[in-house]
Amino acid sequence: MGESDAAAEGLRDGRPSTCPDSASPSAATSIEAVFREERGRLLAALVHRFGDLDLAEEVASEAVEAALVHWPADGVPRRPGAWLLTTARRKAVDRLRRDTAYAARLAVLQVEADRADPSPPADADGDLPDERLQLFFTCAHPALSAEDRGALTLRCLAGLTTPEVARAFLIPTATMAQRIVRVKRKIRQARIPFRVPGPDELPDRLPGVLQVLYSLYTEGYAASSGPNLQRLDVAEEALRLTRILYRLLPAEREIAGLLALLLSTHARRDARTGLDGEIRLLDEQDRSRWDRTMIEEGRELAVTALTGGPPGPYGVQAAIAALHVEAQDVDCTDWPQIVALYDVLLRLTPSPVVAVNRAVAVAMRDGPEAGLRLLAALADEPRLRGYGPYPTARGDLLRRLDRCDEAASAYREALELAHTEPERAHLRRRLASVRRGCSTESPEL
Amino acid sequence: MKYMLLIYAASVDAASQCTPQDWIEHEKAMRDAGVLVGGHSLADLTTATTVRVDAAGERNVTDGPFAETREVLGGYEVIDVPNLDVALDWAARCPGSRGGGSVVVRPIADFGDSTD
Repeated sequence: MGESDAAAEGLRDGRPSTCPDSASPSAATSIEAVFREERGRLLAALVHRFGDLDLAEEVASEAVEAALVHWPADGVPRRPGAWLLTTARRKAVDRLRRDTAYAARLAVLQVEADRADPSPPADADGDLPDERLQLFFTCAHPALSAEDRGALTLRCLAGLTTPEVARAFLIPTATMAQRIVRVKRKIRQARIPFRVPGPDELPDRLPGVLQVLYSLYTEGYAASSGPNLQRLDVAEEALRLTRILYRLLPAEREIAGLLALLLSTHARRDARTGLDGEIRLLDEQDRSRWDRTMIEEGRELAVTALTGGPPGPYGVQAAIAALHVEAQDVDCTDWPQIVALYDVLLRLTPSPVVAVNRAVAVAMRDGPEAGLRLLAALADEPRLRGYGPYPTARGDLLRRLDRCDEAASAYREALELAHTEPERAHLRRRLASVRRGCSTESPEL
Repeated sequence: MKYMLLIYAASVDAASQCTPQDWIEHEKAMRDAGVLVGGHSLADLTTATTVRVDAAGERNVTDGPFAETREVLGGYEVIDVPNLDVALDWAARCPGSRGGGSVVVRPIADFGDSTD
C-alpha cells in the first residue's frame, strides 16, 4: 500500500455524486437515502462474511455502482439491502476466484457456501442479519488510536466518504485518506478481529465504543475549532449510530445512558446560538426552541439507564442533563439534586473537569462564594491548565459578586484558550459587560 | 498468526515484583495452551555489544548500548494465536506486564510464503 492507495481511498465513494442520466431526481434521492441507510449494514455483513475490510469496501462500492445502473431503470428492489448484499457477495466470490493467493490469505471459509447459494440469509421478518455490532467493536478497538477510532467509525459505520470524514475532522482529504489506509493496514496485518466481545469482556470493551460515539458527538456539537460552533451533521451521525448500538445491545444500560445524554443535549441545538451565530449559554437560551420530543425520549431513557443496577457515568450525566432541560428556567432547576448527581459522578469518574461542573452547580445551590471556594481549590490542578471552561466559570461567579476586575482578568484568560469564533465572541461580550459594570476599571482595558 | 511479545523491564535496578515461580507458571500455561513458539530471557544489558558495518565493509564494535530510557528489553516470547485479542490476553498474563513493566505486541511479518 502506498500513496496511490491513499489517493484511491480519497476518491473512493460509496455514493457517486453523478447519477446516470436516466435517473429521475426522485429516484436518485431515494437511492441516495437507501445507500446512506444500508451502507454500514452492507459493509458489516460483508466483513463478517469475508473477514477483510478492503475487500468488503471494494465490493460494496461495486454493488452500489451496479444499483445505480439497474435501479433507475428497474425500480428500487423490495429489499434493497438484500439486493446489494447478494450483488456484493457475487462480486467478492468472483474476485477471490480470480485471485487465489488473496483468497488463501483470507482463509475464507464461506466462499464455497456462497458459490452454492448466493442468496443472503434472512431472519423471520425477511431482514438481513445485522452484523454491525462486530464492526462497532473493531472500529473502537483499544489497539487503535482515539482519533483513528472516530474516523473509522464515521467511515465504516456511518457510511461517510473519506472527504466527508476529512471535513468532519477539519483536516485535508489526503491526510485523512492516508490515515484510513494506515488504520486499515493495522487491522489487517495485526489481525484485529471482527468479533463481539464475550459477556466477560464487555465491561472492559463497551466503554471504548461509547467513548468514540460521545467524542464524535461533541466534535460535531461543540466543534473543537473553526468558524462554526456546531457541525450538526457529525453530531447527528453520532446520535444515529448510538441509536443503532442501543438497538443491537438493548440490555446495556450505559448505552441507554449515552443515548439519553445525547438526546437531552441535542434537544437544545437550535437554541444554542443566537441569530448572529453567537453562543447562548443555558441561562440565556430561549427554551421554547428546545425539542420537547427529544427531551421526553431522553428523560425516559435516563430512567432506564439508572434502573436495575448501580449507575454508570453516562446514566448519571444523562440524569443531570435531563434535570437541566426539564426545568422551566435556571432558577427552577433542581440544583440540590444536580449537585448530588455530580457527587456520584465524581466518585465514578474522578476528574477535575467534573469537579469544575460540580462547583458551578454548588454555586447555583449555595451562592457564588461557595462555588468560588471550590474552584480556588482546583487552581493548582495541572489537568485544568489550558481548559477554557475553568476561567470562564470563575469569571461568571466573580461577575455575580461584582468583583469586576477579577472577572475581567478571568474572561481574558478564557479568551486566550477559546478555540471557536462563537466562543470568543461570547467571551468578548461578557468581558465588555464587566467593564461597563466597573467604574474602577481603566478605560483602555 | 505469530506475534512477538517484547518484554520490557520496569527499570534496570528496580527489584522485580515477579518471582521466578511466576515466570515458570506463565511458560507452562503457554505450553499447555499450545501457543508458545519460542522465547528467551536476555542477560543484563551491561553485557550487550553493538556491531555496525560501514559502507567500506569496516566492522565497528562498541560496548553497549546502555539504558538511556527507563525501560529495557529483558526478553521475548513468540506465540501463535488466532488474532490480536488473544495475543493481548497472553501479553496481559505475562508477569513482565506488571509492576511498571510493559509488553509490546508485534505481529510477525507475513510475506505470503507460509500458510498461516
